[in-house]
Amino acid sequence: MKQLRRHPRIVFGGTLLGVLVLLSLLAPWIAPYDPIPLNVAQRLRPPNAAHWFGTDAYGRDVLSRTLWGGRISLLIAVAVSLASMVIGGTIGLLAGYFRALDAVVMRVMDGLMAIPGILLAVAMLSLSKASVQTVIVAITIPEIPRVVRLMRAVVLSIREQTFVQGAIASGSRLPRILLRHILPNAVTPMTVQATYIAASAVLIEAYLGFLGVGTPPEIPSWGNIIADGRNFIMLAIWNVMFPGVFLGIMVLSINVLGDGVRDLLDPRIARRM
Amino acid sequence: MPGFIARRVLATIPVMLVVAVVVFLLLHLSPGDPAAIIAGDNATDADIERVRASLGLDRPLVEQFALWLGGLLHGDFGVSVFSKVPVLSLIAQRLEPTAALALTTMVFAVLVALPLGIIAAWKAGTWIDHAVMGVAVFAFSAPVFLIGYALVYQFARQWRMLPVQGYTPLAQGFTSFWQHLVLPALSLGLIFAALLARMTRSTMLDVLNEDYIRTARAKGLAPRAVLLRHALKNASVPIVTTIGLGIALLIGGVVVTESVFAIPGIGRLTIEAVTQRDYPVIQGVILVASFVYVLINLAIDLAYAFLDPRIRY
Repeated sequence: MKQLRRHPRIVFGGTLLGVLVLLSLLAPWIAPYDPIPLNVAQRLRPPNAAHWFGTDAYGRDVLSRTLWGGRISLLIAVAVSLASMVIGGTIGLLAGYFRALDAVVMRVMDGLMAIPGILLAVAMLSLSKASVQTVIVAITIPEIPRVVRLMRAVVLSIREQTFVQGAIASGSRLPRILLRHILPNAVTPMTVQATYIAASAVLIEAYLGFLGVGTPPEIPSWGNIIADGRNFIMLAIWNVMFPGVFLGIMVLSINVLGDGVRDLLDPRIARRM
Repeated sequence: MPGFIARRVLATIPVMLVVAVVVFLLLHLSPGDPAAIIAGDNATDADIERVRASLGLDRPLVEQFALWLGGLLHGDFGVSVFSKVPVLSLIAQRLEPTAALALTTMVFAVLVALPLGIIAAWKAGTWIDHAVMGVAVFAFSAPVFLIGYALVYQFARQWRMLPVQGYTPLAQGFTSFWQHLVLPALSLGLIFAALLARMTRSTMLDVLNEDYIRTARAKGLAPRAVLLRHALKNASVPIVTTIGLGIALLIGGVVVTESVFAIPGIGRLTIEAVTQRDYPVIQGVILVASFVYVLINLAIDLAYAFLDPRIRY
């Protein structure tokens, strides 16, 4: 408890995120309406006692859709950060350790980094059938180069240290050196990176949905709710504002939590950042 | 110096080559027949075969890539499937709004972020620092359409001070040009400024911990002189470098902002191309955007090599 009080960012970000996770997970039970069926008689109602967040152009309850949308965003945040950590981490580990691989892999990563991530994701999604899986892939691939770079930098700084050189000299097998000696040193920076990637994945999912290339339109993701609402922005701003604010709070809470975790795990960097 | 310039310029070639390979493979490795995709949804089998033959899609992949790359090097980015206009002229037509938005955003963000980042670093740990960084984390967590629609609602709908959306070219008069640009640049600029302020602060903190800063303070130099003449001068290289790297994010933000404000720029061109499955246009936009990003970063590196004699890679 005392430990936590010294890290108000973890408390603040964690609490906020915890509430959002809870609301999203409980959506099937606490959402007042079904988020999918249309009810044209109730279209574009402003916020009222029956519909706290109002209704959209098809008469659907914005509060219910927003709660359900949180589930999609959380799923994408977790999947994208896990996938980019595993794929990027493996590539970075190998590139950092094997000099022969390094030059080629890093040139490929430089090239991938030069492509603006949203454009790359939009292009990939325009070619594949829209689904939650393809959105996850399209958000993950542009994130990979940054993870590779981070992992490689950690490996390069560790591999010349005496304990690694000693392990090599004493004949440890390669997987053991990589997994037991090098990988543990990467856990701290990778954890922090994973939270930032989770935050950016939530934001990019919404941008892709907003641009009309994200998850299939029948899924109530935040991006899709906002994309539906944008045409009625002058009549019914609640269609955009409520899911938008939830989206902003989720991104904020993950970012603040990430800052806090960074401070906790690496006080040396914390002093500087 | 000439050796450094040559090496730095040559280093952009493999980067651009990788971009070209990715953009090429995107179409050819995706599920589905590229000829059918390019021919469009209403194409007959004969149409598809004609596209396949005219674009050389029946040849081996490596040969296709060589042909396509050769075309790119001669400025041939292909022809829009939808409008039959060359891709490069389509992009050129849409360049002004995007360039205007990106530049205005950048200038606004730098003007806001640099002073705030420097003050936060100088007053690190005080309430000023906490306030600036607290606002920054809020701003860069905010979705650009949330800020955009909130500004539109207030300034355009409630106060009727500014237009809701759209764009007028600079050639049609500065006032209208400027009025259409204020809200988009503000929406995107706030987010970008928050990011820059964070980066500026951490770079300045690095420099402020250097020995020569302690020396400068110890010899009794005024704080202003230490901050501006000693610290900022040395922090400027990494700060500008991070601004250059942030341009990839700015380009992404421009796509969304153009969509919020119905600005007919490159971002809207991309989205139109996606809805029309106009693949040569999508490829062209990605190539050009990546090329601009690489060129800007090349220019920044070269500029610093001239200004700072220590930089030699």
